[in-house]
Amino acid sequence: MLNLSLQSLALHLEKKTFSSAELTQFFLGRIKQHNPSLNAFISIDEEKSLTMAKKADELIAKGKKSTLTGIPVAQKDIFCSQGWPTTCGSKMLENFIAPYDAMVIEKFNEVGAVNIGKTNMDEFAMGSSNETSYFGPVKNPWNLDLVPGGSSGGSASAIAARLAPAATGTDTGGSIRQPASLCGFTGLKPTYGLVSRYGMIAFASSLDQAGPMAISAEDCALLMNVMSGHDKRDSTSIERDKEDYGSKLNSSIKGLKIGIPKEFFGEGLDSSVHTLIDAAIDQYKKLGAEIIEISLPNNHLAIPVYYVIAPAEASSNLSRYDGVRYGYRTKEYDDLTDMYFKTRQEGFGEEVKRRILIGTYVLSAGYYDAYYLKAQKIRRLISEDFTNAFKQCDVIMGPSAPSVAFNAGEKKEDPLAMYMQDIYTISTNLAGLPAMSIPAGFVSNLPVGLQLIGNYFTEAKLLNIAHSFQKNTDWHLKSAKGFE
Amino acid sequence: MTIRKKDIEKIAHLARINISQEESQKLENKLVGIMSLIDKMQTVDTANIEPMSHALDISQPLRKDEVTESDLRKNILPLAPETEEYLFIVPQVIE
Repeated sequence: MLNLSLQSLALHLEKKTFSSAELTQFFLGRIKQHNPSLNAFISIDEEKSLTMAKKADELIAKGKKSTLTGIPVAQKDIFCSQGWPTTCGSKMLENFIAPYDAMVIEKFNEVGAVNIGKTNMDEFAMGSSNETSYFGPVKNPWNLDLVPGGSSGGSASAIAARLAPAATGTDTGGSIRQPASLCGFTGLKPTYGLVSRYGMIAFASSLDQAGPMAISAEDCALLMNVMSGHDKRDSTSIERDKEDYGSKLNSSIKGLKIGIPKEFFGEGLDSSVHTLIDAAIDQYKKLGAEIIEISLPNNHLAIPVYYVIAPAEASSNLSRYDGVRYGYRTKEYDDLTDMYFKTRQEGFGEEVKRRILIGTYVLSAGYYDAYYLKAQKIRRLISEDFTNAFKQCDVIMGPSAPSVAFNAGEKKEDPLAMYMQDIYTISTNLAGLPAMSIPAGFVSNLPVGLQLIGNYFTEAKLLNIAHSFQKNTDWHLKSAKGFE
Repeated sequence: MTIRKKDIEKIAHLARINISQEESQKLENKLVGIMSLIDKMQTVDTANIEPMSHALDISQPLRKDEVTESDLRKNILPLAPETEEYLFIVPQVIE
């Protein structure tokens, strides 16, 4: 059951080599064994998961199955799942039991996939190392002293340690791709609006996008087929025809034009990561692709712009946590105002408070034009860089993160150093473009991810490009020692 | 533009977050650093550039103002820290 693709797990379930209940029990066993050292899951509910698995087995017996029926999927704890604790990694929601399902959860339930547990994450998805979680840091299976990346670090650690065959994540500035790079598996951030944000706890609404995390591109395509689709309960959900994301997997990539942005290979990129990314691009050349040097001249502004726009949207989104309708409320207070002040002081962690304060500052009277409006204007320049680039190439490639996984605690007290982790991923969120991270090799036994950025709605093509690489390499199949 | 202690007091008030004395100093150092990063934007000429608030140029969809879900009280109220009958309870605000 370990290391199998989702397609082969589905075949085994169909042939009844094993049941979904057995498969679920197997992964629950692995979670029990390894979660104490990894802290990848915030909550598991054996009974609930097994009930779902038994229902899936009934569906399979009746011949009413889709590919993911009976497959365990780890859900990032940002997705409301009815009857499950949904904490978003925060003390503020420590005792929150979601009263409804997010669209993503609904879709997985519809096909009879099994929720295997809710994964740890940076508090309200704010972080790049999974150290801001109220429920403690997550460890990287490749080396337990190192961070798994963030904010979808629990899902990342779970996939890398094979505690689940598939997982969901969300990506606001790199939160699927950077942990995919640091933990050595495949992650996709779709075009903004392709996966509904309904029931996905909001951080920065114009940037947040959910996506799949799994061993291979092939698996990610199957997950995308389930997760994507229009939802009228999300006003920014895109209305377009349903697509089979696996339909182009095996298309030829001969003549593919790969744009290499020189800005992704400058100062700040670890030289050993640089070498591996070059080698991966060479591999594409061997597969018949053509390499074109391109420029994204405003990429260096992506981090400053992001740290205006994301906190601004967060300060507004997180104003709902007031200790009145749900979530944490302080124990002692004098009056209503005092209750708000203490509830939010005690309920939010340091990084979240910092971002709420920055957001409040850049939106406050007298600063709006200088910061928020200015950031929105530069966001357009960053987006236009991509429009221009895609006139010359079909896909853009570069590193997903500037380095391999780093030591826990190393950047925790230095927000600026932490923010640099997302230097290659943030600009695609600002533009709303789809992007992936795929395993491209190892530096001292630590994984390195290659980033692929596509034009709007080219997920099927991106998955095809990733799959072509994965048919010719086996980096994505390597698993960490102790978790094989 | 740098951020000062009195700015932090003001925004903490606007954001309804208490900041203790010891948090305050640590916070100031970090916010000053972050704002200097953000200030890199000021070197860019953005005259005649339309602000971009959203990744895709789509208009806000409209729907009929109809009740689609009703009677959710029994699902929603148990989540609140304090309730009475069908009401959320907060400290008294009107004498």
